[in-house]
This record gives sequence, structure tokens and C-alpha cells, in this order.
Amino acid sequence: MKAFIALVAREVRLAWTGGGLWLPVVFYLAVATLFPFVTGPDKALLARTGGGILWVAALLATLLPIERLILPDRQSGVLDQLALRGWSDELVATAKIAGQIVAFALPLLLATIFGSALIGLPEAQLGTLLLGLALALPALSGLSVMIAALTAGLSGASALGGLLLVPITIPLLIFGAGTLAEDPGNAMQLLAATSLAITALSPFAAGAALRAGRT
Amino acid sequence: MSSRQASLPSLSLDNVAVMRGNRILLRGLSVAARAGDVIWIRGANGCGKSSLLRLVAGLLTVMSGTIHSEGRMALADENMALDANVTVEAALRFWADLDGASADARHAALTDMDLQNLVHIPVRFLSTGQRKRASIARVLASNADIWLMDEPYNGLDSASCARLDQAIIARVASGGIVLVAAHQPPSINVAHSLILDSQGVAI
Repeated sequence: MKAFIALVAREVRLAWTGGGLWLPVVFYLAVATLFPFVTGPDKALLARTGGGILWVAALLATLLPIERLILPDRQSGVLDQLALRGWSDELVATAKIAGQIVAFALPLLLATIFGSALIGLPEAQLGTLLLGLALALPALSGLSVMIAALTAGLSGASALGGLLLVPITIPLLIFGAGTLAEDPGNAMQLLAATSLAITALSPFAAGAALRAGRT
Repeated sequence: MSSRQASLPSLSLDNVAVMRGNRILLRGLSVAARAGDVIWIRGANGCGKSSLLRLVAGLLTVMSGTIHSEGRMALADENMALDANVTVEAALRFWADLDGASADARHAALTDMDLQNLVHIPVRFLSTGQRKRASIARVLASNADIWLMDEPYNGLDSASCARLDQAIIARVASGGIVLVAAHQPPSINVAHSLILDSQGVAI
């Protein structure tokens, strides 16, 4: 357990020093800043569409850290050293996902408070948006590690990552946007269920990809 | 785990073959090593020296044959596995902590590889030879029973080569096993010299 925490702490430190922490947050807030320029100062329209735009921005921000998640560790031999010490690839993937939840999901949740202010979301919606994103972000963290493991070392990894991300995140986006409607109850439950399934499966998918990529 | 540490380290490969790409490397290879052995693996470029070490480390799967090992292993290959942006000391401490190595073992490893003056320098500023010494120090600090070293002498100056030889001698004297893949002979007594031909067959 101590070793697991050490590995998660290393992930957070790498995100902090390697730009993986700020890049998604800056991207996310940039979308929130730019969107009102597109729609104009129509408060009702912004209130209706702003939450959805933040959802799309959060989903796309998932792609930003993928290039530094797996490939550097494979090239520097860190993954080999962990495997040599008897770490299963699934456990390594789980540690990386936990690191992403701390270094990617939490900052993005904090940024949502600023983002919703920039867009001018009604205060009543902010709570729902935060809860929905809090439910979905572990799944997005899992997906970013999984996609990073699948595309590590391939040319055009980012573009391929986008292709992989879109179909898997569509259910999250549908239910996530659904929570912004009048009665978020059912959509919130479906969102939680979808997110749980993706979060639970991602360490196994990422672990298998890590194993397949070992040469 | 405790029962494994109690028994002496050993390593045996029996009739092993491994596939790399579409090519069979290492066919019918059998090796047996007991505590206190240094095995020098040599052969032409591409004959499978590094693959043999990765195979022993469990990073490659065998196509046929069996591998049996007792004892913890440590690997120093071309990849340093030390984070570039942190100091030498912090990078080594990450692995030493995972291995449960004491601070004393870590300091001893730094001293053995003459890295005391470099501990506060970020890993990315190290020279080739210093990088090699840092990755060897990672192996030393791990306190593993079986050392797998791929071209450990590459890039080392003669003083560092002597230091490495000393470390290897000390490790085998205390009952470890060291596998060294290298072109030039280690200046120490080797138990076996395993020569691989271009087909990866031991001769």
C-alpha cells in the first residue's frame, strides 16, 4: 500500500512539473471564456447551453495529458522496473488512474466553479454540474490512462486518441447533459452507473495494453 | 516472500527459446547459476544478450522451455528508469523505497558509485557515464539477490569500471548472482562465460 501511494504521488508530481496539471485547466477555462463571444450576451441562451459546453470541454481536456502518461515511462524503463518488481500491469494502471484523479479531475472540478462564473450559469445549476462532473471525472481519468496505454509509441497518437475517446464518452455526455435538465435524478443515476462501469473496466483495459506493448 | 528470501538465490534456464519479431532468438539455451556465480554473457550484436536478460527478468515470455528463479532481481539496462526532473537522490530514493531498502543501503550505493557529489543535481544534467553510474547505483541500493546488467561498462571510465567490479565481487561474495552482458571481459573471475552465436545458441 505504501508503494502504491508512492507511485500515485509520483504521478501527481510528474503532472505538476510536466504541465499535465495546468494544460487541461487552461484549456477548459479558455473554452468557458471564448464561448460567450460566440453566442453574444444572451443570458438565457448561455444558461441553457453553457453547462453542455463545459461538459464537452471537460471531455476533450481528457485528451491533453495522454502523451505524457505512459510513453515516457515506457521509454525510460520505469514500466519494466515495476514489472520486474512483481507489479501487475493492472495495478500500475490503477495507480496512474488514481494519480489522474488527483492531478486532473480535482483541478478541473475547481476550475468548473470559475468556468461557470465566466459563462454565467445560474447558481442552481452549478451544484448539479459539479456533482455530474465529479461522477464522470473518474471515468475520464480512467479513459485517459487507457487511451495513453493503447496509443503509446504510435505515430499520430493524439489523433487516434480522439477517435478512441469520442465513442466511449458519448454515453457519459448524453447522461451528463441530461443532468442539466429540469429533473436531474434519473440522468444522474445513469451517469453514475456508466461512469462506474468505465472506471472499473479501465485499469484492466489499460493493463492489457501495457502488457501488449512490452517488447 | 520470507521463505523465498531465506533460501539461497538460484537461477536455471532449461532449453529456452524466445521469439523476437518473426525471428527465433536463443534456441535450446540452458543455464544454471548458483549463489556466488558471475555469468558473463557475450556474443555478437543482435545475438540476444539483452533479450536473455529481459527474459530472465520476466519481461519477455518464453516460446518454449522453462525458467526458474529464486530471489529478488534487479535490472540495469540501457534505460535508466530515473525521473529526469528530480535530483539523483530523489530519483534513487523512489526505487529504494519501493524495494524497502534502508537509507544506509542507498547512501552506500551512492558512495560505491562515487555519486555523493552529484546527489543534488537533477538527473537530466548527468553525463552518459554518470547516468550509467546512477542506474547501477539503483541496482546496488535495491539489495536484490540477482543482478542483471546489460553492458554495464559502456560509458564508464576506468575508475568507475573498477568500482563496478568491486560491487559485483561484493555482491557474489555475499551469496548473490550477477549476470553481465558485455563485450569486454569483466576483470573478475567469472563462473561461466556464456557465448551466444549469431543464432542465439550457446557455444
